[in-house]
Formats: sequence, C-alpha cells, structure tokens
Amino acid sequence: MSFPWAKHYEPKQPLMRWLDEKLPLPRLVYNAVGAGYPVPRNLNYFWNFGVLAGAALAIQIVTGIVLAMHYAANAGVAFGSVESIMRDVNAGWFLRYAHANGASMFLLVVYVHIGRGLYYGSYKAPREMVWLLGVVIFLLMMATAFMGYVLPWGQMSFWGAQVITGFFSAIPLVGEPIRVWLLGGFAPDNAALNRFFSLHYLLPFVIAGVIILHIWALHIPGSNNPTGVEVKGEQDTVPFHPYYTAKDGVGVGVFLLIFALLIFFSPNLLGHPDNYIEANPLSTPAHIVPEWYFLPFYAILKSFTANFILDAKLWGVLAMFGSILLLFFLPWLDTSPVRSANYRPKYRIFLGILLVDILVLGYVGGAEANARNVILGQIASAYYFAHFLIILPWVARSERPRPLPNSITEAVLAKHGGTSIAHSAAQA
Amino acid sequence: MATDSMVPPGESPEPFHEEVHDPRRRDFINIAAVSFAGVGVLAIVLPLVNQMNPSADVLAQSTTEVDLSKIQPGQAIKSQFRKQPLFVRNLTPAEIAEANKVDVASLRDPQTLAERTKPGKENWLITLGVCTHLGCVPLGAGEGENKGPFGGYFCPCHGSAYDTAARIRQGPAPKNLFVPNYTFNSDTAVTVG
Repeated sequence: MSFPWAKHYEPKQPLMRWLDEKLPLPRLVYNAVGAGYPVPRNLNYFWNFGVLAGAALAIQIVTGIVLAMHYAANAGVAFGSVESIMRDVNAGWFLRYAHANGASMFLLVVYVHIGRGLYYGSYKAPREMVWLLGVVIFLLMMATAFMGYVLPWGQMSFWGAQVITGFFSAIPLVGEPIRVWLLGGFAPDNAALNRFFSLHYLLPFVIAGVIILHIWALHIPGSNNPTGVEVKGEQDTVPFHPYYTAKDGVGVGVFLLIFALLIFFSPNLLGHPDNYIEANPLSTPAHIVPEWYFLPFYAILKSFTANFILDAKLWGVLAMFGSILLLFFLPWLDTSPVRSANYRPKYRIFLGILLVDILVLGYVGGAEANARNVILGQIASAYYFAHFLIILPWVARSERPRPLPNSITEAVLAKHGGTSIAHSAAQA
Repeated sequence: MATDSMVPPGESPEPFHEEVHDPRRRDFINIAAVSFAGVGVLAIVLPLVNQMNPSADVLAQSTTEVDLSKIQPGQAIKSQFRKQPLFVRNLTPAEIAEANKVDVASLRDPQTLAERTKPGKENWLITLGVCTHLGCVPLGAGEGENKGPFGGYFCPCHGSAYDTAARIRQGPAPKNLFVPNYTFNSDTAVTVG
C-alpha cells in the first residue's frame, strides 16, 4: 500500500508514542488522509468532491441523529411530529431543512464525483474495485434517500412509497407477495413506516463502512489524476496533508456557502408542496414526481409504454434498475487503455452528449407525460443504453488518442512554462 | 510402570494411531458441527424474515362490510379494504350494455363483465381502487370526477383509462382493476375479503 517514498508516522510526544504502541489509530489516519498518503501533484478541483461527499454524509448523520430524537415513526403521529419539529423544537426548522437539503447536496456532489470518474477514466484498471464499491455506495444512497423521504408521511411520501414498492409487483408470480412482505401490509401503513425508519437509520452507517472499503481500495494504486498517467516517482506526488487538506478546505467552504443559501433562503426549492399535506391513502396527488435526483431514472421507467413479450411495466422496472447495474460493467465496456478524456477526442464528445442526454431524461422525468415528452424520453433512454453498450466499445476501438505526457511532472511543467524533460529533470 | 513416568502429564502414553477413513473422524465432526450450526441459523433467519410479513392486526382488517342500500344506479362509493381504496359501483343498464358490447378478444386483459361480477348482480361492480400500473387511485368513483374516455375510471398519474367494467382500455396499466373476493350476505350487503 502506498508509494515507497511515503512519509512515516513518527510520534514525538511520549503520550502519542505510547498510544501508537497500544492502538495505532493516529498512524492509520496519518497514512490514510494525512502526510503519509502521497497524492499526484496535479489534481484539480474536481478531486474535491470525494471529500465533499464524505462531509455531506457526516452532516446527514449528525442532523439525522438529532432529528430522530424528536421524530415519531407512527403513521398516526409522524406528520404531526415533523410539524412539531418545524414549529416547536428549538432550532428544529434548521435541523430539518439542513437534513432535507443536505440529501440534495449529498447527491449533487456524488453526481459530480461520478462524472469526474467518467471523464478522467478513474474506473479503469487498476481502480475497478474503487468504482464497483462506488456504485454500491450510490445504490445504498438511493435506498436511504427514498426511505428518508417517506418518513414525514406527507402525500408525496405515501404515494412515493406506493409507486416504488409497486415496482416489485412487476416481477412475475412472486412480485405481489414480495411487495406485501416489504410493506408488511397491502398498502403503505404503520408497518412500512416503522421499518423504513429503522433502515433509514441503519443504512448511512453501512454507507460509511463501504466508504472505508472504497478509500482502502483507492489507496492501493493511489489516486488517479487529470492526465490519467500513473505516478512514476516522488517528484509526481505531494503529501495529502497539508496540500490537499488545504485544497479540500476551499471546496468545503464553497459547499457550505451553497448549502447555507439553500437552507436559509430557499429551503423548499427542491421539495414538493404536496408533501405538506398529510398522507391520504384514498386520494392520489395529480402529479407524482420523485425528488430531482431520481428524475432521470423515473424518465427511463416511464419510457416503456407498449408490451413486448413482457409487460411494459416490467420492462420499465428492468430498464430503470438496469441503467444503474450497467455501471458495474463499465470498467470492462470501455476497453481504451487511455484514462483521461483530455487525451481522448472522440470519447470526450460522446461523454458531453451523454451529459446532455441525462439532463433531457431529468426534464422528461419531471414533466407531464404527453406524447412529445414520451417520445423524447424514449429516445433519451435508448441513447443512455447505447452510450454504454455500443458507443463506448466502438469508440475505444476506433479512436486515435492524443499523445500522453511522459509523466505527471512533465505535464505540470509544460502547463507552467517549463519546456523540456531535461528542464524538469534538472528541477527534480 | 517406569515408562508411564516418562510421559509428561496430560499426554497419552502411546502415539495415537487411527486407521485413515474417508471422511476422517475429524471431518465428520466438522461437517456435523457446521450442519448443526447451519440448521440453527436457518431457524433464526426464518422468524427474522417472517416478521416482515403482515402482522395479525393488519390481517384482521382483511374483511370489509359494505352497505349497498344507499347507492343509486350510476353512483359509486369509495370504501377501504386492507387499507386500500375499494370502489363499489352500481352500474346503469346503459353502462352494462356498453361493457357487454366490447369485443373481449380485443382487450389487453380479456374478461367479460359477467366474469367480474356475481351472477344476477351484474350491476354491482366491486373493484380495488388501485391502478394496476403503479398503484395510484384512479378518478371516477367520486361525484363529478373525470371518468376518462371509456366512462369508467381514469388514472391521473400516467393516463390509464378503464371502461365501465373497470377493464384497462388505454394507457400503461397491464391489468384490469382487481376484483377482490366478496360474497353477498343479502341483497344490500356484501362482505369483501
């Protein structure tokens, strides 16, 4: 693990030396996110987003634990207990708005983090396991976010639970028994609310555990970088602390600014007014939409309107789950040995188109299901799958990558007026 | 007993030679121990999985009695069955005729009105008010609600339209509205469930 020139932990304080002998926890931290972890010297601000995701998870856990002290997971009083948090609990409104908007911030930074991985080829060998664990974290996050959204027991909570557990009823034969088993009833009710609360409290800690595996797997080959060229020697790296702790600090500051803008000036911007109406099992809101971060997947679900061998409903559910499970195969679908899109002219264009495609899916997911939007959603869904299954393997085979720099240091010096390898060698 | 004194305390006096069996004695003990533990784990997993199923109090709500005496022809009411909306509709002769006029073979989920009602009580259409697409409550049971292009029920979520026999006619839903088990206790009372 790590490079041979990594700094060693040498505690000077007698107390720290004593602790290091008995329980080398400070050593672990030092080697993981301290000066003992050498990192490529050329990381840009996109490399902030992993730390930002960790910060967002910490915020969610802290605000969530406090909210759980005031929330009651009972269908009779859940909605009232959330209103009491908003009106009566000291600073309750702040904690709840921080938790609700914190979920959006968490998914936002994770989407940028995933996009960074796609652009710079961070999913490729030798970092496949990092990517796979990342997709696991993403799936856990989606489950956690969904179950958390059910807890306030508003109209959108209830009907979201009804629709999403309804996915399982699309499975032939065993679908309906599975749905009843998941809900503990025939429709979302007290049993479902209680188990969702239990799991919503549990899953963030599971996520934290998988994050540790994610970082562990990352630290074996070390971090990727914007050139995608592997670290060749000590001159290519700087210690994580203080260089990237400082750079990440800037990112955390910007993150908190945007977070504060949402909480204090527009706390309901990303929510739905219908969720301030208590759940009513006898009346469906006119327009059910999930939270913004699920819209592209919802659009894929809605795109299947005709039966073809299987029910349209089953196709929609399979495609929606498939769109995420597909990511597990990405390291083997993209066979190009070049990582960074900076050196892959064709891939770069198609990745741009994919981004637009996902934004279109997001729009369709939230829009009314009229004829034009259905067609638009179908085209965008088809393109999403085509990107991964057809375009990526084809691009990898047909593309002529631009010449790669010999090393990270050469790329850095070329950017800052250094001219030759000899020049950089003289510096090193 | 001079040899005995040579043996350190706690060890057997002679080397232990056992004939080699397949499986060996210790393999057998291993397999037996793990199997026993496995059965124990299964016995514990079973209640852990089963606790997720509907509890006795949820199942106790599995029958609903509906009084039909106040429902005029052309009217419908919403009741609840297993915490799900239940539509009870008194069809007019015109609606019955319209439902019977449809070519059953042309339907997505082919069923006649007679198959969806009780003999002699063809005017009483009792279905769950749960759209078979993703579980929204269709409109059309309440006074003045949109009954959709086929005069039955219309789901506002994704535009599924049901006819006067609550059969799926248009939109993404795969099945007709579900007809639960029910029995007529008298001419004006049914027990659903």
